[in-house]
Amino acid sequence: MTPNLYLWLIPVLPLVGATINGLFGKRFSRQTVSAIALGFCGAAFVMALWIAGQFSSLALPHVEKLAQWIRAGDFQVDFAFYLDQLSLIMLLVVTGVGFLIHIYSVGYIWEEGGFYRFFCYLNLFMFFMLTLVLASNYLLMFVGWEGVGLASYLLVGFWFTKDSAASAGKKAFIVNRIGDFGFLIALFLMIKHFGSVNFAQVFRIVGSMPAETAGAGLLTAIGLLLMVGAAGKSAQIPLYVWLPDAMEGPTPVSALIHAATMVTAGVYMVARSHVVFDRAPQALMVVAIIGTLTALFAATIGVCQTDIKKVLAYSTISQLGYMFIACGVAAYSAGIFHLMTHAFFKGLLFLAAGSVIHSVGGEQDMRKMGGLRHHIPWTFWTMTAATFAISGFPPFAGFFSKDAILWKAFSSPYGSWVYWAIGVFTAFLTSFYMFRLWFLTFFGEYRGEAAGHNDEHLHIANPSRTGAPAPHEHGHGGIHESPTIMLIPLVILALLSVCGGWIGSERFDKFLSPVLHAGVTANAQEEAAATPAPEPQEQSGSETLLTGISVLAAASGLFLAWLLYQRRPQLPQEIAHALGGFYETVVHKYYVDEIYAAVFVKPLIDGSTRILWQGVDRDVIDATLDNSAEGAREVSDAMRHMQSGTLRSYAGWIAAGAAVVIAYMIWTGTR
Amino acid sequence: MVPLSYYLVLSGILFACGVTGFLIKRNIITVFMSIELMLNGVNLSFVAFAAQWHALSGQVFVFFVMVVAAAEAAVGLGIIIAVYRTRETLNVDRVNLLKL
Repeated sequence: MTPNLYLWLIPVLPLVGATINGLFGKRFSRQTVSAIALGFCGAAFVMALWIAGQFSSLALPHVEKLAQWIRAGDFQVDFAFYLDQLSLIMLLVVTGVGFLIHIYSVGYIWEEGGFYRFFCYLNLFMFFMLTLVLASNYLLMFVGWEGVGLASYLLVGFWFTKDSAASAGKKAFIVNRIGDFGFLIALFLMIKHFGSVNFAQVFRIVGSMPAETAGAGLLTAIGLLLMVGAAGKSAQIPLYVWLPDAMEGPTPVSALIHAATMVTAGVYMVARSHVVFDRAPQALMVVAIIGTLTALFAATIGVCQTDIKKVLAYSTISQLGYMFIACGVAAYSAGIFHLMTHAFFKGLLFLAAGSVIHSVGGEQDMRKMGGLRHHIPWTFWTMTAATFAISGFPPFAGFFSKDAILWKAFSSPYGSWVYWAIGVFTAFLTSFYMFRLWFLTFFGEYRGEAAGHNDEHLHIANPSRTGAPAPHEHGHGGIHESPTIMLIPLVILALLSVCGGWIGSERFDKFLSPVLHAGVTANAQEEAAATPAPEPQEQSGSETLLTGISVLAAASGLFLAWLLYQRRPQLPQEIAHALGGFYETVVHKYYVDEIYAAVFVKPLIDGSTRILWQGVDRDVIDATLDNSAEGAREVSDAMRHMQSGTLRSYAGWIAAGAAVVIAYMIWTGTR
Repeated sequence: MVPLSYYLVLSGILFACGVTGFLIKRNIITVFMSIELMLNGVNLSFVAFAAQWHALSGQVFVFFVMVVAAAEAAVGLGIIIAVYRTRETLNVDRVNLLKL
């Protein structure tokens, strides 16, 4: 007997908030709008906590069916929600970090036009994300999957009067669609071959299938297609290009959607489908390779970026690459662990970056910052915690998760020293670009002109804006610390970034093991029997060694950043000059956007313009219609003269017609 | 006995006269009279056939045509008077408002 947890309430609560704010928000004051948004989002968080409290007494996985959705023959899909250790962790991360970012947004977005619109979208995003996380079948998951894409589109293009924001939104949506295509085909394959998309059923059927070690088969195909979907949503090569552009959105959105939650949906999906991946080693290898390449590739781009948010965007892509490495070596728990710590510190980094941008009046270029640590001490200290966390210094959160991933990349049966080496090098790069950001922003002399102009804070005129006076006037010149409501989430996330990793990957793995190892036990035992386990002593010895190397990598990144950006600030210029063409290539992000534009976008636009528009639409469809209309007009123009209004001409026509009829009758009669 | 063809030729000539008059004359009264001529041309052929075939229906048709023609004459003359009062002309080419 399992208690009813009303799981469906968790996603629906934010939806209610979104509906109220969306329909009536225009008439509410800012206080009311934020109270509604925070209230419903907070209620979801409280429910998640309540469920976590009852968690130990539940029979897992806990499935609650709300209503029947589709029934066609034997195929059946329900609105049902699925709770196990994995979804619990995602639930807590999404609602917890989401709630904190909601709080932060109130301060950040207070002076913008479309206040209610922002919170409506934000709550809508929460609804879809929670649907994704709690879904008990792939189809409902896909609904959430598409919905977060929609929310992402709406929020990236929040300042829709700005052309770059509007097109960034479209880019995000379209690139995601390519990934979703793969996901959808994977769904079709499941329906065709398993007759179901329910997690429980699919995993039971897949669980009885042998691993496809000999050659690629159905499971490999499904795995690879799921990977395509995950690569789109989680911004992996080759579909990562939308994420840096998505930074056009408001910074809390970047924190919530493009760092902490939505982009990790792909990792969650891969971990959720681990039963499939465990039996498709080739698909796993592809996941690992893509993850490794993405981690390295994005990190190198991140090194040369000057926009503070772009650095964080590439860093996000790189960290997602780490999570995919973990999934690719079948160390899903390490991936999810990194997902969680990453949500803490990357969410914090974005929020702190937003606070920095806020404080210097909308400037995002790090070259125009500097010396801010005295002006905005709270932001500085929280961001420091996050920087150390992401760089992997013990005892911060990032150290534990990243170390777990690197160790698994090395030691897992699917792992390889190549993954590990590239991972460590990426860790070094990560540390370098993060401390570069840190030094450029907070140390040295302030390099910007007096703050006061607003770039990012584009005010959309809103005549109905009758909200209460803003708590602080913006653009009053001078660098100022953010309001308290923005600092509280920073502090909480900073604490989590410091302590979040202390659970330890071992305990985390144990917690998740009922989910992640349930399907593999048979295989794992076989493997264990086939290959004798290495000596425990030796293993822990090498683990310590590897940990030491990765910490060393992080420390050398810090040192190099200090050397280049603090001690000898003219040195980076010289190095860039010496590297010449290579540096140019990296600064231009390897020209990937340009290549995509030339290879995919331009032919598509040209084809659409020349063939579909000018050829088919204008010359065939339009021409047919226009010409027949023109013909009808010309014919009737000629006929018009028959209707002259003169009585005698009518009579003449009648007589002529009668004559023709008579002639015809005579002709037929005499024939 | 006069052969049927004579009647029919006379009927055709009367009808053709009516059509010609209708087409070439401009005065409404003359046009009206041309219509009567056509009707009576047709009437002649009806009675000729009736006499030839000893069938009464032809004669009955003629009565009907005469009744209708009388009614038409009454209405038509009324219209002509109305037209004359408003336009002060009986030229049909000047009465050409029935067009686009």
